[in-house]
Amino acid sequence: MGLLSDPNRRRALISLLTRLNAPICVVCYMAGVAWFMGLAFEPFTLRTYMSENAMGSTMVEERFPAGERALGTGREFSAHKKKAGGMPVDWLVKTMQSRGLEVFTQRFSRRLPFPDEDKERYMVKGTNVYGILRAPRAPRTEALVLSAPCSPGDDNNQAVGVLLGLAQYFRNQVFWAKDIIFLVNEHDLIGMQAWLEGYHHTNTTGMDWSPLQGRGGSIQAALSLELSSDVVTSLDLVLEGLNGQLPNLDLANLFYAFCQKIGVLCTTQGKLQRNDWDSVSGYSHAVQTMMLMVMKQASGRPWGDHGLFLRYHIEAATIKGINSFRQYKTDATTIGRLLEGMYRKLNNLLERLHQSYFFYLMPSLSHFVSIGYYMPAFGLLALILLLRALDLWIQLATPPPRTEDGVADAEQMSSPGVLSVLTPLVISHLTGVALYTLPIHFQEIAVEHFPVSETEAVVLTAIAVYTAGLALPHNTHRLLTGRGTENGWKVLKLVAVLYLAVLLGCTALINFSLGFILALTLVPVAAFVTPDVPKALSAFIMVILSPACTLLFSVFLFQELQEMPVSFLDGWMLYLSVISQGILDHALYGSLVYPLVALLVYPCWLLFWNILFWK
Amino acid sequence: MLAIFAVQLTLAVLVTSVFACIQYRPLLFFSSGHTNNWAVLVCTSRFWFNYRHVANTLSVYRSVKRLGIPDSHIVLMLADDMACNHRNPKPATVFSHKNMELNVYGDDVEVDYRGYEVTVENFLRVLTGRLPPSTPRSKRLLSDDRSNILIYLTGHGGNGFLKFQDSEEISNVELADAFEQMWQKRRYNELLFIIDTCQGASMYERFYSPNLMALASSQVGEDSLSHQPDLAIGVHLMDRYTFYLLEFLEDIHPSSKANMNDLFKVCPKSQCVSTPGHRTDLFLRDPGSALITDFFGSVRKVEITMETINLTEPIQQTYSYVDQLPVSEIIHQKPKQKDWHPPDGFILGLWTLILLVFFKTYGMKHLKHIF
Repeated sequence: MGLLSDPNRRRALISLLTRLNAPICVVCYMAGVAWFMGLAFEPFTLRTYMSENAMGSTMVEERFPAGERALGTGREFSAHKKKAGGMPVDWLVKTMQSRGLEVFTQRFSRRLPFPDEDKERYMVKGTNVYGILRAPRAPRTEALVLSAPCSPGDDNNQAVGVLLGLAQYFRNQVFWAKDIIFLVNEHDLIGMQAWLEGYHHTNTTGMDWSPLQGRGGSIQAALSLELSSDVVTSLDLVLEGLNGQLPNLDLANLFYAFCQKIGVLCTTQGKLQRNDWDSVSGYSHAVQTMMLMVMKQASGRPWGDHGLFLRYHIEAATIKGINSFRQYKTDATTIGRLLEGMYRKLNNLLERLHQSYFFYLMPSLSHFVSIGYYMPAFGLLALILLLRALDLWIQLATPPPRTEDGVADAEQMSSPGVLSVLTPLVISHLTGVALYTLPIHFQEIAVEHFPVSETEAVVLTAIAVYTAGLALPHNTHRLLTGRGTENGWKVLKLVAVLYLAVLLGCTALINFSLGFILALTLVPVAAFVTPDVPKALSAFIMVILSPACTLLFSVFLFQELQEMPVSFLDGWMLYLSVISQGILDHALYGSLVYPLVALLVYPCWLLFWNILFWK
Repeated sequence: MLAIFAVQLTLAVLVTSVFACIQYRPLLFFSSGHTNNWAVLVCTSRFWFNYRHVANTLSVYRSVKRLGIPDSHIVLMLADDMACNHRNPKPATVFSHKNMELNVYGDDVEVDYRGYEVTVENFLRVLTGRLPPSTPRSKRLLSDDRSNILIYLTGHGGNGFLKFQDSEEISNVELADAFEQMWQKRRYNELLFIIDTCQGASMYERFYSPNLMALASSQVGEDSLSHQPDLAIGVHLMDRYTFYLLEFLEDIHPSSKANMNDLFKVCPKSQCVSTPGHRTDLFLRDPGSALITDFFGSVRKVEITMETINLTEPIQQTYSYVDQLPVSEIIHQKPKQKDWHPPDGFILGLWTLILLVFFKTYGMKHLKHIF
């Protein structure tokens, strides 16, 4: 007989499962966390290597000569920017045309759902300027993009200068097989979103933009440059994009290979690489770098102008120049050479970058962990949920032991109605919908009645709805079916556990970091909450492990990891701004973290809250 | 009287000796056996990063033309156009040495099969002569039984195959069969086969036709390496074996007496990193007597004579093509590598045992379910 169809063996398995369920769950959880922490240990990672045959090695001769002239152009740009009070469109158009590019502009405007206090904007109007360098002998089927943002104040002037210097140098070469588009975008991400939407003829976020007059073919790769000082000590590579999407690892490999060839110090997450992986401090450094990447990826926001390209299957990264207190400095000519080398190699591409990994974590720029290695960490956490579900299923299927009181038996034997399970589900999801829609809709009413700004109104409404949800659902089932039956909460918990497993699984597939962080806090809650645990303590623990508090702790942890720890009050203000940025990201660029948390994760957590207060 | 007789005798001896020398000159004239030369030069890979394969083929083309084989007798097949590739910083050139010392593309390169026309089918049709009637003469290998043919292949290869254009392969068995077809149709006198790919020696393992000599740039299990990158162009320019082959050929001139043994010494392991190999067992002459110019050049021996020569004696060696070599022995030269199978009786016994155990455990009543 088979293993599962033989009743004796089945009973043995079932009893094993029910007896050892809690210990196995605990072991799985520890194993999952340990696996995750072990990912940063260097012997468990792989060295990065170029996978794309067409890009080969760094076998080009970089000859960009005009770094100083580029810096001069940057200073001119800065002066004109001050005079124009924004983007100096005419000067940029004239300069690009004099360098032999085909220049076009695009106007765009957007009214944010509520004012953005971080960047101090509400009604955004701007212009993007871009020049296309046509490939001398090739058909106009493919393009590469180099972009620099036009930032207010003194930022990123040198980036625009280097961009224009490279444009002039590239124009004199005959070996370009793809068009190169030099883009200067205003209002960083909003401008970039307008340009990309115009280029690809999509309109997903309700922005107003004028159509693009000139196009260059399908974009194969893009680099965004952020450079705010004349000399830099290191170059930082930013990979995380919208919704935690990452560019192909070959782009990072290309950058690292050229950094090594030219001899520039290169970092990722702003942290320098260390050689002593076997020491405790070396290992913790790698863990910090990896945790920074995980947190940035989980936030789902684009951490550079490149983040919006990824959605269109265009591999893109941002290169930031960092000027810190180090003796060895790199000048603009070297940065220009590095970019020239990278673009020559990208020029050799025959098809889009696809040979290397799309899902990876990087504990340092020279080592990576691929999806096959990090997914088991999440799998172990999801296993806990499945074990719990099996346990509940077994409990529901076995009849309860006979007691003397026949009446009580009969009551317990009745299966719970669909309504008693459906009601908490519907109410939790309605609360989620309220959390998603109310903050923005009622900001005017809130501003009328309370002395707060619009942004504060939105954020505080969100927190208020979240907290109100704690009180609302768990009373309703008493109104409907009287005293909760024993099996009622078990069925609800079974449904909730499976729902959470599917939800976290799907999230982890798309954005592993978000899925893992949510799993870390929600899986213990889901596994151990029953109506029988001590109420006050478990209520407290549940609130601590709820998504909102996870976010609060993540904010503090993020600041710690970046070596800029904040006091509690500053951290709280930062937390509020993070919530408002999350809502804005969703409205402006289509980030999915806020709707995911509000519409799916929060109702799921409310179901468990409901179970806690079942009796 | 005696003096006159002596003079007559010496005169007679002189005349007969002179007469005898002229008599034997035809033998010297036809000692190599060929009267015309052909070359089939094939580059099988496309894409910009395979620049070196096109440069390899063009270097051999250059040497072969320089030594006298005209374009009408060369079939040049290039799978991609490097000179006019958009990524070429020096358009209309293909360099074989860095710092742009030697442009092998020049202005008199005649490519017969270009781009997607370089396929396995076209290559085999060229070799065997089975081309549609509309094919122009420049695309045909119009060789006869007195032609010496040089065949040069380069590209990406493996153990027993050569990759054509990223989409198909030619195997060593197919190549050997093509050469046998050429032999049976009397399409060559002697054939020199040179291949510069990874594991190139595997391509000549299966040859079984007479008068074939083969050279390869690396043994089975070894990779052929590229020689030098040019940073201005951004690619590797040549493969090592062909680079040193080109250097060797640059020293050959049409009247050079260098022979095949010198060719075998080209690119030792110290320079090539891989071990070049060669195969001469199917070649009927001694390789030391075969000149480089027998294959790479088109040397015509011309002797002006005022005498008439009676070719009364037939030339000693009779060329009966089909029976020249014990072909059946050669085909089965290498013992075929068979995977070891357990003896048949063993398998039968094993299954009987399994069935017996099964029925013993579960009872004979299950037999009716099986049968």
